[in-house]
Amino acid sequence: MTVSMAEALNRALNDAMAADDSVLVFGEDVGRLGGVFRVTDGLMAEFGEQRCFDTPLAESGIVGTAVGMAMYGFRPVVEMQFDAFAYPAFEQITSHVAKLRNRTRSRLTLPLVIRIPYGGGIGGVEHHSDSSEAYYAHTPGLTVLTPGAAADAYSMLREAIEMPDPVVFLEPKRRYWAKADLDLPVRTEPATQAVVRRRGSDATVIAYGAMVDTALEAASAGAEEGLDLEVVDLRSLSPFDADTVAESVCRTGRAVVVHEASTFGGFGAEVVARLTEMCFHYLEAPIARVGGLDIPYPPPMLEEHHLPNVDRILDAVDALQWDDGAAGSGARR
Amino acid sequence: MALPISDDHGPTTAHAAPIRGAKHLGGLLEVAPFGEPACLIAPDGSASGALGLEMPGDGRLLELYRRLVTARRFDRLATTLTRQGRLAVYPSAGGQEASQVGAVLALRPQDWMFPTYRETVALITRGIPAVEALSLLRGEWHCGYDPQRWRTAPQCTPLATQALHAVGLGFAARLKGEDTAVLVFLGDGATSEGDANVALNFAAVYEVPVVFFIQNNQYAISVPLSKQTKSPTLAHRALGYGIGGYRVDGNDVVAVQAMVSRLLDGCRAGAGPAVVEAVTYRMEAHTNADDAARYRSAEEAQPWIERDPLARLEAYLMDRGVLDQAGHDDVAAAAERFASRVRDALMVDVEPDPAALFTDVYSRPTALLAAEAARLAEEVGTTGEEAS
Repeated sequence: MTVSMAEALNRALNDAMAADDSVLVFGEDVGRLGGVFRVTDGLMAEFGEQRCFDTPLAESGIVGTAVGMAMYGFRPVVEMQFDAFAYPAFEQITSHVAKLRNRTRSRLTLPLVIRIPYGGGIGGVEHHSDSSEAYYAHTPGLTVLTPGAAADAYSMLREAIEMPDPVVFLEPKRRYWAKADLDLPVRTEPATQAVVRRRGSDATVIAYGAMVDTALEAASAGAEEGLDLEVVDLRSLSPFDADTVAESVCRTGRAVVVHEASTFGGFGAEVVARLTEMCFHYLEAPIARVGGLDIPYPPPMLEEHHLPNVDRILDAVDALQWDDGAAGSGARR
Repeated sequence: MALPISDDHGPTTAHAAPIRGAKHLGGLLEVAPFGEPACLIAPDGSASGALGLEMPGDGRLLELYRRLVTARRFDRLATTLTRQGRLAVYPSAGGQEASQVGAVLALRPQDWMFPTYRETVALITRGIPAVEALSLLRGEWHCGYDPQRWRTAPQCTPLATQALHAVGLGFAARLKGEDTAVLVFLGDGATSEGDANVALNFAAVYEVPVVFFIQNNQYAISVPLSKQTKSPTLAHRALGYGIGGYRVDGNDVVAVQAMVSRLLDGCRAGAGPAVVEAVTYRMEAHTNADDAARYRSAEEAQPWIERDPLARLEAYLMDRGVLDQAGHDDVAAAAERFASRVRDALMVDVEPDPAALFTDVYSRPTALLAAEAARLAEEVGTTGEEAS
């Protein structure tokens, strides 16, 4: 059957609530409205207002309340309506959610999931398109996951809800409506593993979230020009599955990291640093980054200039110090 | 017992003084101001009637007295130990012992409490062993006690953030149909934080069984209450959220215990949350690292010395013959023995295991942490196996 990412997430929440009475879903407009992206559609009707409910409008309140509920045996799955609107909850996430297990030597644990629709490409006005993943990935104690497609969205959210540790679950909102042929329920690879989405021998394109599809498009376009690109979907930013990515990069000898977030200090910098440590002697060229511009997120009419696209990815691949003797390089040069 | 009303730069005692901020805009009806803080034993040791609160029996009074004496002895010991370098820092509860002891003794074992960094006396009163309670301030580990065992959250340092956890836990208890009630400690300064206000609102909307216990000790480090808020009292904060607001003399342990007990009972009966402002005074500097002389005069504390929580209870009990000199000496000796045990325990040097840094970050160490643990183990000359 054909399933969109939003529908897959909705089904994951539904199935998780059916499987475990301690799973609660709450946030702004998640009840009767079903969430502004309809990811929680029907949950209140199905499971009642005790298990899916609307909160007053305060993100620190949503996350802080979830902490107390998780301390008392529930598994809250809370929704932040948009990436940039999660910032009022930042202190709760970084000072409490991330640290409570550590502070109490695992006497208190927080099995909770914070869902955050993130990223641009939907024509949203300001504060609706941030890529905030680096803030969370930089915080020890958090698990940070981001699916790129519907099957993973279902499987990774189910797994996140089952995890004993708190998860920041970043949903690439521009892919909410992307359809896939899929039978649910489905279980894909473990959520904390990176996955090779396309095999190739010339260079590795590393992406996550919304950029996985863009990277795959770039690989298809590159193939028409004689380039054989490998695409790795990170899926988990923390923990970061460096081994899977390094295996690919050591094999291809060239790599480009792609994300929507501003390039400076972005998650790509961590990826490049790790891969340089692990693959230095296999590299034919410095690892390149293709990220958003280092600007505040632009207004909708200008966002196409900010976001990475197929051309920018292929241009970056082009610039990986190819020489005439290198495999696959001839057609591009 | 009228207190001097200090100038703009001093604390607002708001005791026996006109309610600040009351405006009279010809004919417009204003929200009613709150009355005086409830008091059962006046500063001079005489009985004082408080609407809705009853003087407990002699047994309970003696128990409150014993706990108060122990609390004060502990607080002074902790201050001394800090000067001797046995604690990294100590935010004293000196002057606020009645607030903490009274509030904690209103809890049942199955209830939960959410303390801040200034509530070590509250932890001791809860029964938590001193060495575990002082782990944070000793610098050994962030939380040294088992929160589940004591139904006591880790001491919270970021201001007011724990109020939301209290609301969540109270909400969870209500969803499970349990009659667990929750007490959350806040200070006057913390009421300015966003999370304090978010918590009050969530608590009201979800009708959670939470008592917000605000110790108004007049100072947020150096900033007096008059510069913190224009609310006539901190109990007024409750009004805007549709919660009942109450004031109690925070230096009257009997009134505090009676007031918080009533409100927790109300929570258990489904009456929803409540706010109590316990009016008290921080007799010491913010911590041992602070210099209070830079922002307040020694004279300012004089009226609060006259309102001392321990002296008034002692006077009341002695006057009524509930406590005699021998009884007094017995209680003092017991507190001394307790202090001696705590001192001995704190004098033992501890060497926290560096391998423990990695064990509780996640449920299982990640590859990254395992590698770092191994590297650190090599640095300190042990095997890294404990961490993996």
